[in-house]
Formats: sequence, C-alpha cells, structure tokens
Amino acid sequence: MTSSSPAVGTKAGSLPRRPRGRRRISYFTKRDKLVLTVMIGIPLLFDLVLIWFPVLLTTIFSFTSWDGLGTMFKLPFNGTENFQAIATTNPDFWPAVQHNLIWIGVFLVVATPFGIFLAVLLDRNIRGTRVYQSIFFMPVVLSLALIGFMWQLIYAPDNGLLNSVLGRTDPNNTINWLGNPSINLWAVLVAASWRQAGYVMVLYLAGLKGVDPGLREAAALDGAGAWATFRHVVFPTLKPINIVILVVTLIESLRAFDIAYIVNGGRNGLQLLSTLITNNIGSEASRIGYGSALAMILLVVTLVPICTYLYQTFSKDVR
Amino acid sequence: MTVPTLSAEETPARGGPGHGVRASSPRTSLTRILVYVFLTVAAFLWLVPILYALYTALRPISDTNQHGYFSIAHQLSLTNFKTAWVGGDLPHFFANTLLITLPAMCFALLFASLVAFVVSRYSFRFNVSLLVLFTAGNLLPQQALIAPLFHIYTSISLPFTLSSSGRLYDSYWGVIAIDATFQLGFCAFVLSNFMKTIPKELHEAAMVDGASVWTQYWRVIMPLCRPALAALATLEFAWIYNDFFWALFLMSSGDKRPITSALQNLQGGMFTNNNLIAAASLLVAVPTLAVFFALQKQFISGLTLGATKS
Repeated sequence: MTSSSPAVGTKAGSLPRRPRGRRRISYFTKRDKLVLTVMIGIPLLFDLVLIWFPVLLTTIFSFTSWDGLGTMFKLPFNGTENFQAIATTNPDFWPAVQHNLIWIGVFLVVATPFGIFLAVLLDRNIRGTRVYQSIFFMPVVLSLALIGFMWQLIYAPDNGLLNSVLGRTDPNNTINWLGNPSINLWAVLVAASWRQAGYVMVLYLAGLKGVDPGLREAAALDGAGAWATFRHVVFPTLKPINIVILVVTLIESLRAFDIAYIVNGGRNGLQLLSTLITNNIGSEASRIGYGSALAMILLVVTLVPICTYLYQTFSKDVR
Repeated sequence: MTVPTLSAEETPARGGPGHGVRASSPRTSLTRILVYVFLTVAAFLWLVPILYALYTALRPISDTNQHGYFSIAHQLSLTNFKTAWVGGDLPHFFANTLLITLPAMCFALLFASLVAFVVSRYSFRFNVSLLVLFTAGNLLPQQALIAPLFHIYTSISLPFTLSSSGRLYDSYWGVIAIDATFQLGFCAFVLSNFMKTIPKELHEAAMVDGASVWTQYWRVIMPLCRPALAALATLEFAWIYNDFFWALFLMSSGDKRPITSALQNLQGGMFTNNNLIAAASLLVAVPTLAVFFALQKQFISGLTLGATKS
C-alpha cells in the first residue's frame, strides 16, 4: 500500500488530496469492513484458541514437571529434564520411535506403491474400472478404530480366520497375532495398509487423469513400453501429486494412533509416539510436563512433512 | 471429465473381443488378461475382511459353536444384528454421533466458506499466511494438543442447559467445537481453491451494483459453490463420524460418546463372541459406507480437490 502511494501523491500534487488518493479500499463501507472482520475473526478465534494456543501451551508444559494439579500460571519449570529422561530412561521411547519408523517404512514401501500400482492399472482401459475402484476404496471410509475392532475376527487366536486357514486352532500352536509383541505391529500394519492403499489409489488416479494423453501417445510412438512410459514420462509429470502423497503418507504414519489404541491401548509391542503421549497424560498417570515433552517431539517431527507440504502448495501463491 | 475419455477409449472395444487397437498383438492381450486376473484376485482379497464379517454376523452362535467359524454355515439369521443393536445400546450411540457430526459438519463448512470467501475474493496482504495457519492446524497430530485442550475445556463453564456437566469438558458442544475447528483448515483450503476459479468479473459486477460484502458472499458466491460444498459435506460427514480421538479424551461419560469412540468400551464389555463383534462392526460401518455408495462422485471429488491443486 505504501509503495504505491508516492506515485499517487505526486500526481495528486496538493497535500489535502493525498489521503483520498491513498484510500484504495475505500469502496468498502464501514459496515462491510465490520462484516469482513467478523467473517474472518470468528473462525480465526476458534482456530487460535482450540489449536494454536494449545500448541503454545504444549511447548511451555514440556519444560516443566507439572502434574496437572493446581494452577497453570505457576508452573514448575525444570529445563530440558523431561527430554533427557525420555531419551535415557524411558523404556518405551526408543521402541516407539522404531515402531513409527517401521510404520513409515511399510507405508512407503508397501501400501503407497501398491496404491499407485492399482491406480496405474485402473487408469488403463479396464472394463469395470469403477467397480474395482469402489472395492479398493471401501476401507478408506471406515475409521481405523473400526478397522482395529473388525480385524479381531481375522486375528483372534482361537477362532480367528487367519489361524483357521493356517490350521493353527489347537490351543498349543495358535499364533496370537495381536497379543505377541514381536508380531502385533506387523499384523496391525496389514490392516492399516488395507485402508492406506485405497486412499493413495484415489489420489493418484486423480493425478493420472490430468496427464496429457498426447505425452503417452508420443512415448508409445517412440516405442516405449508401458513401464518405460510410466517411469520416464508419466511419473515425472506427476511431481506435485507425488509430493502430496509422500507427505500424506508421512503425516498419517506419524499420527497413527486409533488402531494401536483400540487393539491394546498402544502398549506391549504397539507403542507409538502418539500412544506414549496419551498414556502419560491420561487420567491414571497425569504427567503433563513429561507427556508434553513427548508431544513436542512428535510435533517437531511432524512439522517436517507439514512444512514441506505447505511450501509445495502455497509457494506459488506468494508473489 | 471422465465421460469423454471413457467413450473414446471404449469405442474400439466394441469391434470384438480384442479390446481396442493396441490389444491386437498377442503379447498385449496376454498382459491384459494378467491385469484382469491380478485385479480380480486383489479385489477379492480386499473384500475378504468385510465379506467374512458379514458371513460371521449372519451365523447364529449355536451354528459357529457346533461347526467352528471356518466352516459351511448350516443356519443363517439376523439375530446377531438384533442382539448387537439392542444389547450394545447402539441406537443411543448413533444418536450421540448424529448430535455431534451434523452440527460439527455444518460449522466447519460455514466457517470455512467465510474464510475462503475473504481470502479468495479480496486481496489482503495476510491472505496466504492466514490460509497456511488454518491448513497447518488440520495436519497437526491430535495428541500434541490434548493436554492443554483438556485443561482449557475443564476451565470453561457452560450453562447447564447446554452441558449437563456444566463445563465445556464432557459436553457435546466441546466435541462439536474441536471437530469443526480441526476440519476447518482442510475445508477452507479446498473452498478457497474452488472460489478462485469463479471469474472476478462476477464479483466486480456485483460490486458496481452496490452489493454489500454479505450479499456477495451469500447471494453471489455461495450458490456457485454448491458442488464443492456438497463434496466437502460428504467427506466431512465421514471424517467426523470416524473421529475416535476427541470424544475419547474430552468426554468422561461413556454414554455421551459417539459410536466410533464408544467402540473402545463396547469391545471389552458386551461383545464377547465373534458373531456379535462382526454384527456390530457392520452396523457401525453402514452409515459411512451408505454415504460413500450413494454419493461416490461427491466423495471422491472432495478428496481429490484437496490433493490436486492446479
């Protein structure tokens, strides 16, 4: 606004006219200005009070040993003690980090590529492509909590589908898919991938629809096979959607919570950063400071993909 | 968009079983067969958890006790659905869900449309930062907010007519507020992208006619956003219905919780055998599956509007 004013000022010449020339938004009446302020103000207030203020408080709490009792205004600060304790003495922290990394790994190496593969197949001239798409997408509309609840039918040790198929129903040789801490993470990941693959498929199909068909024809004329066309022609043009999918995969893996929590409260083989937080600040423990430090760690790690996504999406808008 | 490409591709297929021009070489048709075989097997495997749940739910407990779960059914009935419905008090939890999901969805869309209108139709300097603020809020881990949110909620009083607990904590309004605010970012992002595609001339013409800001929002822009609003409403219904976290930690009374969060309690208590677990799972899945199948186009477009920004 100020940068444009000198030109206006010199043109207008005399001083008293200047303010009028400057008033570029003067076509708003007073009432319009009030309406615009309220329109943006109310949602902003909610967003600040319920999301960003808690983020700020979590940051502050993480440097205290507050137990949640007494006032918020006299916090027992203890520096970085929580973070040191988490890294050195918490028996669940490094397993949780490892589980989150495995989660990311499985999603990145299995679920996401499989979803992309389905999208590429279904984007070809396939009969009944809508039926296939609906089937693969169906788990996406179910919550991960419900999926955890539902997959008990498959994983139950004594009468689950999987053990029945494997002939492991005898009490001596049953496999406890969700109870055994060395395999339950993998069992849960199969169920979570069941949902994730369909999600990625739909996002990728939308991206593929936007690819210029001329590009593929040109590649086909040059004698490129299906794989070469995808690898060298289609995939590079889909860079924006690839980044979105990568970011969605990372954020979903870091935020993973519901399915682990419903299976066993996120303990015993299913510790994740998210479940450690709730198990520390939950009603029985109430270690707010300590739990907030864990929350800070998760928050900072999650901010990496979030910022990548925001930069990718909004950098074009900032001129 | 899909219509022209589909018809253009399907026309040659009518010529014969070869499916199109490129399929004429034997190698390509073999690939095609393999693709169909792969897709069919994968689709079948994808359906197994749901079909198995349906099969188990339809078998009375006496049947599975006698023959085992992995066997041919000798008897099918709807008894398990009835037992789960009544015994699990599901109508009560569905009512809670409705009380939370519908208002939260409406508030999310209303607030998001206000934000999107301001940032997309007027050029203020803070537009992009504002949108970034809202969008980022939607991507944060819920667990990172819960401890302060719990304390904020317990310290805000509500009249007893609005909340039987007298506080925002353990009240429907509290869960509605956080559900709506958390979803606001995504909706504002999608709607602002949509509104940017509406020609500026329309807005300028309205301005010349002396339309106030509110008239432009409510009479000019909002009616044009109906397809985007429908897509978002479908999607948000499913997302809020599926939210497990907020009601679990911001409500202490189990009987106020919506169905998804109530699964946590239902699991241990009422549902002791697989037949009932299967029946309950399917009943809980019905609303979102029904919305998905009835409004598939809106659902998918809502999801992809957010991901593919031109």
